[in-house]
Amino acid sequence: MTELIERADTAVEPRTVELSMQQAINRALRVLLSEDPNVLVFGEDVGALGGVFRVTDGLQKEFGDQRVFDTPLAESAIMGMAVGLAMNGWRPVPELQFDGFAYPAVDQIVNQVARMNYRTRGAAPMPITLRLPSFGGIQAPEHHGESLEALFAHTPGLKVVAPSDPGEAYSLLLQSVRSDDPVVFMEPKARYWDRRPVQLSEPTDPIGTSRIVRPGRHATLVAWGAMVHKCVQVAELAAEDGVDLEVLDLRWLKPIDTAGLAASVSRTKRAVVVHEAPLTAGLGAEVATLVTENCFRELAAPVQRVTGFDVPYPAGPLEPQYLPTIDRVLLAVQRTLEY
Amino acid sequence: MPPQESTGQGAITVEHLTPELTRGLYRDMRTARDLDTEAIALQRQGVFPAYVSVRGQEAAQVGSASALDPTRDFVFPTYREMAAALAYGVEMVGYMATHRALWHGGLYDVMESRFGAINAVVGGPVPHAVGWALGERLRGDDGVAMAYFGDGASSEGDVHEAMNFAGVFTAPVIFFCQNNQWALSVPNERQVAGGSIAARAEGYGMTGVLVDGNDAGAVHTVTAEAVERARNGGGPTVIEALTYRVEPHSTSDDPGRYRDESDADRWRRRDPIDLLRAAMLEAGHADEEFFADVDAEAARRAEEIRDGVAAAPEPDGSELFTHVFRETTDELTRQHRTWQEEVEL
Repeated sequence: MTELIERADTAVEPRTVELSMQQAINRALRVLLSEDPNVLVFGEDVGALGGVFRVTDGLQKEFGDQRVFDTPLAESAIMGMAVGLAMNGWRPVPELQFDGFAYPAVDQIVNQVARMNYRTRGAAPMPITLRLPSFGGIQAPEHHGESLEALFAHTPGLKVVAPSDPGEAYSLLLQSVRSDDPVVFMEPKARYWDRRPVQLSEPTDPIGTSRIVRPGRHATLVAWGAMVHKCVQVAELAAEDGVDLEVLDLRWLKPIDTAGLAASVSRTKRAVVVHEAPLTAGLGAEVATLVTENCFRELAAPVQRVTGFDVPYPAGPLEPQYLPTIDRVLLAVQRTLEY
Repeated sequence: MPPQESTGQGAITVEHLTPELTRGLYRDMRTARDLDTEAIALQRQGVFPAYVSVRGQEAAQVGSASALDPTRDFVFPTYREMAAALAYGVEMVGYMATHRALWHGGLYDVMESRFGAINAVVGGPVPHAVGWALGERLRGDDGVAMAYFGDGASSEGDVHEAMNFAGVFTAPVIFFCQNNQWALSVPNERQVAGGSIAARAEGYGMTGVLVDGNDAGAVHTVTAEAVERARNGGGPTVIEALTYRVEPHSTSDDPGRYRDESDADRWRRRDPIDLLRAAMLEAGHADEEFFADVDAEAARRAEEIRDGVAAAPEPDGSELFTHVFRETTDELTRQHRTWQEEVEL
């Protein structure tokens, strides 16, 4: 068993390979299944099919159908089963196939997973990582493009993370599954197929730290998940006009890196927060408040929010008009610079 | 057999059981009854904000819990399982602390007791039992999970999902429904389509058993059979123990608004403790001296638990923050400081 527990796949020096995010998550799951015999991967279609996004491709073949297995189609029971497995010493990594189908499981996630450690005064920890393909951008049917981060971040007892690129997804998943707290791991499905050179490395930053994707001087763009890539595109365009934008990838949506956020905005004096979820009571409001509370004297302009609209998630042709566009972010940058 | 007709006979028999077993059943049922009476008194005195009585359900709970092995099985209760907890060996001051509202899940150690936290989401813990049971199977261990729920919870989607999962995974789990015929104010005919919870087992490919929930020996026997089946790879069982909630739903309830108490009186006359006592005398399992001794011991133990829970210290306010995470966050630490500065005076 000791060979299994050894982190064989990662014990070597960090190395660079070209991977899509979906492949990088697959690699991380392989590491986790190898290093800890208590890790279980389960959900709808994660076995022979390898998941609808192929994230679990080959895992059942490699680790067997006792470690990687399909469940019946019932999200609440998938999460409820994870609670019981955790109480029996396992480390469950369930997948709910799409964001919108997490709603049937909200009772188990909010009333059970998030509270069990508290309810039992620490006797029954819930080392569960819920993998949730999230956010929009793939012109999918209804309920396949939702952004649930505010709901989960608002729930005491949960940690919430949304990676923005393959390397991030790899190390953040290792960190999430190894954590003894329940984590909602929101995978930006619009970025699943984004291939790029990835440094497969052990997580080094503590849970709850953000990262500066692109340093800049004139304003900070705050984003997570697929919106990070969009903000980098915005920054590149703005640079052509001599506007130097910093892009801050929040990564952890609970706990939020208040210090990192404040440090960036204190330097740039301006902030634009960008998310796919609807505006009202979205996480952008939390970011804006944290910035105001911590950088009030340094701020040169009110925090701008560029978000989805307060409407149900629209069908395919309207999706590009719903999601924050490059132009809308640029306009917000202009508003904050001209304030 | 529709449950409404299964009101049982006027007497039960324990001829098929050992005296050692029936004596243990009687002791636990008697103690639970006395503790229940003490708990209602504590509520009247304002020590408990509210209480949910198990009166009349002692046979269903003690009969079933006594068929489990507390060293290898695991129980997933809802909130009306006091007699099951007592029979299973849970530390009862810690258990009753939940009724004093000292801590929602109770103050007993759920992992050491192998008795899950008290859970007010009826039906919610049922899939937990299936997950725990699957965990046993995956590891090659032989523990059995026991999920307690009521006729009201049987309507919850989680219970149906859990039964289907258990069938698919052949999980060693027992779905033990105490059908006390009232989900707060709603009777069985407005709750249970088809009239039988046990009958639903067939649809999920498992054994379903209807048992007289006021017959402790019968409950023990069918539960022991289900435990044996689950332990030996035979998969899950649904047991429907038909009984009656002779008390109000809780101390805050007023059953006069929704039911005819003559039905409840009929069930009060089939009191499970009286039935067991008569059957034990009939079978020669015990004599009057035994009952006098056990009754006195039960009353003493109930008083001790009552005094223990009444005297238990209230949790320190800092515990608000202690168990939210295993690894706490900077933000929660900051809020803890705010609490110290602005609340803890």
